[in-house]
Amino acid sequence: METLWFALAAVMVAAYVVLDGFDFGAGALHLAVARSDRERRQVLAAIGPFWDGNEVWLLAGGGVLFLAFPKVLASGLSGFYLAIFLLIWVLILRGISIEFRSHVGDGMWRSFWDAAFALASTLAPVLLGAALGNVLRGVPLDEHGWFALPLFDSFSPTGALGILDWYTVLCGVTALAAILHHGALFLVWKTDGAVRERSLRWAGRLFPATLLLWLAAGAASAALAPRLVSGLAARPLAWATTALAIGGLAVSFFARRRGRELAAFLGSAAFLLGVLAATATAVFPVWLRSTVDPGFSLTAHAHAASPASLTAGLWWWPFGFVLALVYATVLFRLHRGKAQAAPEGEGY
Amino acid sequence: MSDPLFWHRLQFGFTITYHYLFPQITMGLALLIVVLKSIGLRTGRPEFHDAARFWIRIFGLAFAMGVVTGIPMEFQFGTNWAQFSAMTGGVIGQTLAMEGIFAFFLESSFLALLIWGERRLGPRKHFLAAVALFVGSWLSGYFIVTTNAFMQHPVGFTRDAAGVFSIADLGAYLANPWAIAQYAHTMVGAVVTGAFAMAAVGAYWMLRGEHAQVARVSLSTGVVAGLAASILVAMPTGHHQGRLVARHQPVALAAMEGHFESGPRAPLAVIGQPNVEARKLDNPIHLPALLSFIAYGDFSADVRGLNDFPEADWPTNIELLYYSFHVMVGLGTLFIAAMAVAALLLWRGRLERSRFMLWILALAFPFPFIANTAGWLTAELGRQPWLVYGLLRTAEGGSPTVHGGSTLFTTLGFAGLYLVLGVLFLMLVAREVGHGPRALDRPAHG
Repeated sequence: METLWFALAAVMVAAYVVLDGFDFGAGALHLAVARSDRERRQVLAAIGPFWDGNEVWLLAGGGVLFLAFPKVLASGLSGFYLAIFLLIWVLILRGISIEFRSHVGDGMWRSFWDAAFALASTLAPVLLGAALGNVLRGVPLDEHGWFALPLFDSFSPTGALGILDWYTVLCGVTALAAILHHGALFLVWKTDGAVRERSLRWAGRLFPATLLLWLAAGAASAALAPRLVSGLAARPLAWATTALAIGGLAVSFFARRRGRELAAFLGSAAFLLGVLAATATAVFPVWLRSTVDPGFSLTAHAHAASPASLTAGLWWWPFGFVLALVYATVLFRLHRGKAQAAPEGEGY
Repeated sequence: MSDPLFWHRLQFGFTITYHYLFPQITMGLALLIVVLKSIGLRTGRPEFHDAARFWIRIFGLAFAMGVVTGIPMEFQFGTNWAQFSAMTGGVIGQTLAMEGIFAFFLESSFLALLIWGERRLGPRKHFLAAVALFVGSWLSGYFIVTTNAFMQHPVGFTRDAAGVFSIADLGAYLANPWAIAQYAHTMVGAVVTGAFAMAAVGAYWMLRGEHAQVARVSLSTGVVAGLAASILVAMPTGHHQGRLVARHQPVALAAMEGHFESGPRAPLAVIGQPNVEARKLDNPIHLPALLSFIAYGDFSADVRGLNDFPEADWPTNIELLYYSFHVMVGLGTLFIAAMAVAALLLWRGRLERSRFMLWILALAFPFPFIANTAGWLTAELGRQPWLVYGLLRTAEGGSPTVHGGSTLFTTLGFAGLYLVLGVLFLMLVAREVGHGPRALDRPAHG
């Protein structure tokens, strides 16, 4: 039962990264790939119908963690206190900039919110990537399962720990590259004209960056946490998910070169899914590893909610999940084809 | 002041109070937009669609504010109330996750279609998008009220030896009688806010002689809905809520009323200042025996005063609780009076010429926000000193590793950010009101 809920929480997080990832990436790139107001509105028309629903996967995933692993949620959110609030403020800035931008036609107003949107869309994946780095590196959980980390300290993952050190920042930058690549491929698929051309060029530049950073982050993880390598090696599911990641990245490269836009985007989605699934498989059953004493770690088995609570959740969760997929399908069908900048006042 | 709990409470109180300014108007407007669009569909009168289109733009702005100020609420359970979350997540995590899965996905998927999709969808499907937002936002309200109701009146749970709560009966938890009463009261309260906003903008346009047809639709919809909701918020929902408080939180009821001495035929204080040190109400104006009647439906019923309860169980801020309750009830009474007069004038066909009443309606829209806020302050201050009533004290729920310096830092950050957002929001709403309704084929930016 705990294993199932661990998997469900991982699915929610993975869906969040793949879905909100494309609008993060498109948002972070839009200053570069869309120069005029009309082009910016084309980018916003491409992500506008989706971004809000995509973000709900984060809240719904948090809700799943809350109901199934309340201690993990409580310890993690309070331990990463300041970084969590930075993420919250970034998400607030992002939501406000996309909604407020279109209400006033003035050029300065729009330039300001475009810059704010790009900044927030860039910072969010860095913070989320750094969060994943923290989970992999471990945190100083005490015997009661609590910890507190400052935002930064020695910048070394082996010295005095902070949320940001060179390793977690590397993870953050890797996430940023992968998300930018993902967003560029989304824009190649969903836009046309000059925006598509520029996105295609950016995807070409971002592919080697993503590949190299992923390899570097993987090597650093293996060096810092050998248990991850043994965890990967011992589990056939981890081989499959790693293969999915490698295959997805390869598809994103070759399909892009052949002009298969949707296949390239789905390849990138498979890459992100594979990386996250492989990570989840490698760390299972540990949610948060203690750097103080491995016995203090928070695990899916020891820190799940009661069986009654987990069973109660299974009564309704599948219906909600299917409904969410139905909504997403309806949305993608209603907005199939290339996005056009909406006439002024009829879209973002 | 270096007590972290004080700062946790201040931050949560500030961010939730600010947040709830927005859901109350979006939930209220969501219903009224469905009403406007269904009348428009049935009668084919374009002014109803024009009014709906205008209110959808206001709805969109308020909804965006509600979304972004709601994000920190979800996180703060973990960041600031870690022990509470770790203990109760197996129970309240159910409804918080349900809110994301059943309500937020529905709302967020159809929001952009509602705001931007009228031409793409056509009138019938656009109506369905409005219904989706109505259902989503009212579901969201139910899950949050149910979560709060568990804290007010816990049902359907068990506790293990370590004190960790888990679900025993999901159906009982979801159908908590407290949740049903509080939900009814909260939602009609939200409709009061939406209706007053509609009436205010309609009255403002009418006073200026602008947009006559849409102004008339907004004004009359606002007045009719405003009268119905103002009555319902008092009777039966408010009255029922009061009786639940009397039965299950008698110490909160005593504090709400500044009622220290127990006794039969307890009076209702219309006004007065609670003097907690001296354990009495200064300068009271009393209505005899009315508190006994409201609490127990019997003028001679015995109402226990604060003196009968150990001070450790008293709400921690009796003064603010007392004023919140009285502000809510006082304003609620005025709402009924104002809307009754307006509705009478409307029925007689004289409202549009009664500039005095139009002025009142145009200026009245902030007060339902105050009344709803005061209502939630009453509920939440009355719950103190408990997080889960009678079972888990607020002092046991904070985050053990977060110090006051961190929490004050983030609270100040929210204060600055929310000030800027609030100014921008008001500016954009004022622009929309100044611009007025738009026909479907007219560009939005002049």
